[in-house]
Amino acid sequence: MSDAPLLTVRNLRVVYPSDEGDFRAVRNVSFTLGRERLGIVGESGSGKSTTGRAIMGLVPEPGRVEADLLRLGDTDLRTLNERGFRKLRGKRIAMVLQDPKYSLDPVMTVGRQIAETHRHHFRSSAKQARAAALEMLEAVHIRDPERVYTQYPHQVSGGMGQRIMIAMMLIAGPDLLIADEPTSALDVTVQHQVLAIMDEQVRKRGMGLILISHNLHLVSSFCDRVLVMYAGQIVESCKAAHLSEAQHPYTRGLLAALPELGHRRLVLPQLQRDPAWLEDVAPLTDATP
Amino acid sequence: MNVAALATPSAHGWVRQIAGPVHRVLKVLFSVLLTFLGLTCVTFVIGRVIPIDPVLAIVGDKAPPDVYARVRAEIGLDLPLPVQYWRYLMKVLHGDFGNSVITSQPVLADLLHVFPATLELSLLALIIGVIFGVPIGVIAATHRGRWQDQVIRFGSLLGYSMPVFWLGLVGLLAFYAKLGWVEGPGRLDVGFDDIVPTVTGLIVVDSLIAGEHDVFVNALSHLVLPASILGYLSLAYVARMTRSFMLSQLRQEYVLAALAKGLSPFRVVWVHALGNAWVQLITVIALTFGSLLEGAVLTETVFAWPGLGLYMKNSLFNADLNAVLGGTMLVGVVYIGLNMLSDLLYPLVDPRARESS
Repeated sequence: MSDAPLLTVRNLRVVYPSDEGDFRAVRNVSFTLGRERLGIVGESGSGKSTTGRAIMGLVPEPGRVEADLLRLGDTDLRTLNERGFRKLRGKRIAMVLQDPKYSLDPVMTVGRQIAETHRHHFRSSAKQARAAALEMLEAVHIRDPERVYTQYPHQVSGGMGQRIMIAMMLIAGPDLLIADEPTSALDVTVQHQVLAIMDEQVRKRGMGLILISHNLHLVSSFCDRVLVMYAGQIVESCKAAHLSEAQHPYTRGLLAALPELGHRRLVLPQLQRDPAWLEDVAPLTDATP
Repeated sequence: MNVAALATPSAHGWVRQIAGPVHRVLKVLFSVLLTFLGLTCVTFVIGRVIPIDPVLAIVGDKAPPDVYARVRAEIGLDLPLPVQYWRYLMKVLHGDFGNSVITSQPVLADLLHVFPATLELSLLALIIGVIFGVPIGVIAATHRGRWQDQVIRFGSLLGYSMPVFWLGLVGLLAFYAKLGWVEGPGRLDVGFDDIVPTVTGLIVVDSLIAGEHDVFVNALSHLVLPASILGYLSLAYVARMTRSFMLSQLRQEYVLAALAKGLSPFRVVWVHALGNAWVQLITVIALTFGSLLEGAVLTETVFAWPGLGLYMKNSLFNADLNAVLGGTMLVGVVYIGLNMLSDLLYPLVDPRARESS
């Protein structure tokens, strides 16, 4: 049981129908995830966020999600209806969004928002939920939980907001956390702090983590494995430590475009896009290992 | 100095806690004062440019020139304009709007007599508009583009575009003349007049206070049709605004986050998104109430409702300038009051507004 992958995705497709034909936002994405940290990198519109939302069952209408296999543990996500997904969200999969300024309800105290998750999933009393929320705030290293509990989102800093977001998403004890650009809206100094707290929690709880980012450095230093997405497909999959040896020309182009400390370059090489990258990669079949 | 500050931490906290709200109230009061001055300027100018000669209204058009001149001097029309304005302002501040030509009573007394009738009508209309309009708007937003939304949008467009006097007449014809479900024009049947003592001026409330059950039923039966028709108009507006506020709230990230933590769409919509939409709705509701008060003119005329609207209409048709200006001033003051109220209510629903900058 514990050897079974946490998440199995095979040939995930997300399609948005439109008047000019279907737009394929995600094309045949396949990967498995254990209790590890998986990074998904790619440029804007490459389908990385949509992949995360498809796993959460949160692709907005009229988007369609199809897959040959989409399993969370032993739950088949393909056959799940909205009600079924609702039981999963927060409890088994959770998601941290980009900017706490927008992803926390501005007119509700942060404490109530954290407690709300607990109350919803455990049918707990207001008192129990409050205690759990305070404990959770402490777990994400907030020094004065009692005070922060009664504050509103606009009263806390970005880094603190993101820690509150993590607390809100982890309080019901999910197995899998999808972090969608969790640090892009934060100051560089705070980014590492927030990542460290997320990492600590993920390790302590033995969870799986999908870190979605456009930041190659961040992903390669933080994750165990990296998927590189381009135009809705995975173009490269490798160990994070071996990212520098990546094969795909897109990944190589991205790596070449990274600025380096100490090497002052006046012109960063431009990414030369090859139309061939857009062609469909062969979907996985039962024959492929 | 540090020691002193440490010694009285509670006093400091208390001052800081109270300073925010006090500052905010003062700011609101100052803007109210300015707006009120502006309002008096406007009514004063209207009174001077309107082609009605107040002297003629008193002396008649056959009076000899010396009588005319004497009366003109008596009411101060020969003084320079700023002085006239000052006198006018002082009078207004003392509640003196002059006498009405039709009723030959002080305009203020007339206004105080008719205003509660309008207040009763528009309050009930507003309650109907908000109680139904907000949920309807929310449903339209959550069912965007589907049949529920289409029906609601069509219904509110109808409410927008239907002339209220026509709706009133049709309503009277159907529910009073044909079906007999409600009472007809007026506030009360003749036999019920002057039974309950006036406390609030709202007959529905006063009859409850006096324990006069029959009067209450009769008054409500008179009230329900005009209030529903006015309520439908405000419902149409409130629903439309709620729909658009909700649509913008439902696109926010916090909605996605609330869904991601497993909440039901019901809770996400009615607690989180609507909680945020209230911030904008407060202003809309306050302004709707204002427009109900002034928009009651046509409804009151159709229903012979003895309120501000009917009074203003009669005054206008009889060139009763003092009464018209007094009524205008009252509507203006109510508007200012409502704006002030919504400014003061904001912080209740929006924590971001609680801190004064």
